[in-house]
Amino acid sequence: MEQLIHQLYSALQNVTGFIYPNEIELQWSILIVIYPYITGLVAGAFILASLVKVFNVKEVSPTYRLSLLTALAFLIVAPLPLLAHLGHMERSYEIFLTPHLKSAMAVFGFVYLWYLMVVLLLEIWFDYRKDMIEWGNQSRGLKKLFYRFLVLFSKDTSSEALAFDKKAVRVITIIGIPSAFLLHGYVGFIFGSVKANPWWSSVLMPVVFLFSAIVSGIALVLLLYMIATMLRGEKLDMRCLDRLADFLFYSIIVDFSLEMLDFIHRLYQSEESIKIISQMVSSRLFVSLIVIQILIGTLVPLGTLFFIKITSLNEELRRLLYFLSAILVQIGIFSTRWNVVIGGQLFSKSFRGLTVYKMELLGVEGLLVGIAFLVLPFIILYVLMRILPPWSSPGPGADENSSKQLQPQTQP
Amino acid sequence: MKKEKNTIKRREFLRKLAEGASAAGLLWLLPEGIAYGVFVSEHAGENAEHYYGMGIYVDRCIGCGKCVNACKNENNVPREPFFFRTWVERYVIFEDGEVKVDSPAGGAEGFPPLDSEKTNKPVIKSFFVPKLCNHCDNPPCVQVCPVGATFKSPEGVVLVDADYCIGCRYCIQACPYGARYLNPQTKTADKCTFCYHRLARGFLPACVEICPTRARVFADLKKRSNPLQRLMRLAEVHTLKPDLNTEPKVYYANLDGEVR
Repeated sequence: MEQLIHQLYSALQNVTGFIYPNEIELQWSILIVIYPYITGLVAGAFILASLVKVFNVKEVSPTYRLSLLTALAFLIVAPLPLLAHLGHMERSYEIFLTPHLKSAMAVFGFVYLWYLMVVLLLEIWFDYRKDMIEWGNQSRGLKKLFYRFLVLFSKDTSSEALAFDKKAVRVITIIGIPSAFLLHGYVGFIFGSVKANPWWSSVLMPVVFLFSAIVSGIALVLLLYMIATMLRGEKLDMRCLDRLADFLFYSIIVDFSLEMLDFIHRLYQSEESIKIISQMVSSRLFVSLIVIQILIGTLVPLGTLFFIKITSLNEELRRLLYFLSAILVQIGIFSTRWNVVIGGQLFSKSFRGLTVYKMELLGVEGLLVGIAFLVLPFIILYVLMRILPPWSSPGPGADENSSKQLQPQTQP
Repeated sequence: MKKEKNTIKRREFLRKLAEGASAAGLLWLLPEGIAYGVFVSEHAGENAEHYYGMGIYVDRCIGCGKCVNACKNENNVPREPFFFRTWVERYVIFEDGEVKVDSPAGGAEGFPPLDSEKTNKPVIKSFFVPKLCNHCDNPPCVQVCPVGATFKSPEGVVLVDADYCIGCRYCIQACPYGARYLNPQTKTADKCTFCYHRLARGFLPACVEICPTRARVFADLKKRSNPLQRLMRLAEVHTLKPDLNTEPKVYYANLDGEVR
């Protein structure tokens, strides 16, 4: 508590204008920035996976399983920053037992469980069922038992069973797309429905969240695909990369247009809060919003991808530019989340003043814990990829474009 | 022919059923306040013996800060100047239209002399505005609480169950008035209760009791003659941020338009 009070006194020095005295403490910190960022990656990665199964975009099929595992790894971590942020973590189960159903937040647990249990786990299970049976057959001892357990002791690899798997995956994906929309649109709604806060209160918020989620998900899987393929010493499938970059390009355009629409709408409507919001954007949020989010995180990658589209660069240069663009997009989307969550708390609801957010280094709400939550999904993903390899190792004469059709790896 | 008639009836019935179900579904989705506004508002607090509200005579407040201290003492509010169940703001309106607002330490120690006394900038008027939870009839904080730890009592008082609150702070974000804070000791949301524990014993809230100029009046709206009725009859009455449809039950007499 003493540390908090000390922090608040130093924040008090940086307040400009008038803010309500209870507003000096910023309520939602870096952890609540990370939460929508991570959920966005889950939804985005899943929607990328659905391109393969529902929309039959064959070129991106090398990333199908990787997308699913990425979504799962990030979904496992998604609720952790929320939990860590609660004043009473030990009471969090109340959200399941006695949810107040008129609260947007109360639905979180159910949306989350639905997505985890009904969509992701089921889809991954059906998609990997045949492989898991074979991995079980090819291993011995504990490992065999482990895979037998994972596949829930199913043994049927008849063509009817496999056809059923395929059908099940398709049906789940079809259910999964609206679920992914629900998962992240819902996160947007948590902010968009707060009428007390003009920076958040916008009917576009869920839609903007959704499209920025798709942008970040595609960019992340593109990065992971490039890194994983390089680490495996394989050759990148350029058709897949080009197609991913296409989708990234178009989704950035939609996302950016929506954000600009929101921006122009605010300026044009010019409501009571416009003065303080303009003041905030041109001072406290200038670097994170104008420079990082819009310039570095959106316009530069958009321009780069456009440049690649209209010129015929060689593969190596294209790879490099894709990689850099995807990294910039990640930085951009992270600052989008930052600007929403932190930005919404930097101005007073009296519309008369601004406050500051000073992140701690240590402590539960600190930078280090934040970084840990951002690194954790990659560790989980690594483990998942060891247990359920998304690609089979290429045998002689392997056709890399249809690597999914290949025999599964013998030693996962 | 007969059969056809039956079919239409059945279809009609199913349609009605569907309409009814969707209407009920929509109603369920409505925030408490709207459902309240439509169906209950005129009978607010119908089953309760009391229904409370507060009135504030802005002209009477002298900014002494006694209410802020009385509240902190009565309710164990942390002494540090970042946690308030009630506070006092000072508004200074200058001749050139500039408005300056301050509330040093929530007004607990009174207010320092105006800067303008140094700068000699002409002032049109200056006044104090006590603030507290508005105990809204349509409270956004109650709507957003994921576990229902914050609720409206039958007497119309918005309360927090500190043994139940999970400390997610969504209610603090949802309050348009900055009336809530996270109590650093209990790690739960905290706010004015109209001194509910005192009301139950027939006492007035501490801030009302201590006010030397009777700037704050407290009333049981169930009683036929009460000081709030007098305030409403004799003064221009305003509530804060009425456009947000929160329907506050703290009523200000002669409030300036600059106050938010």
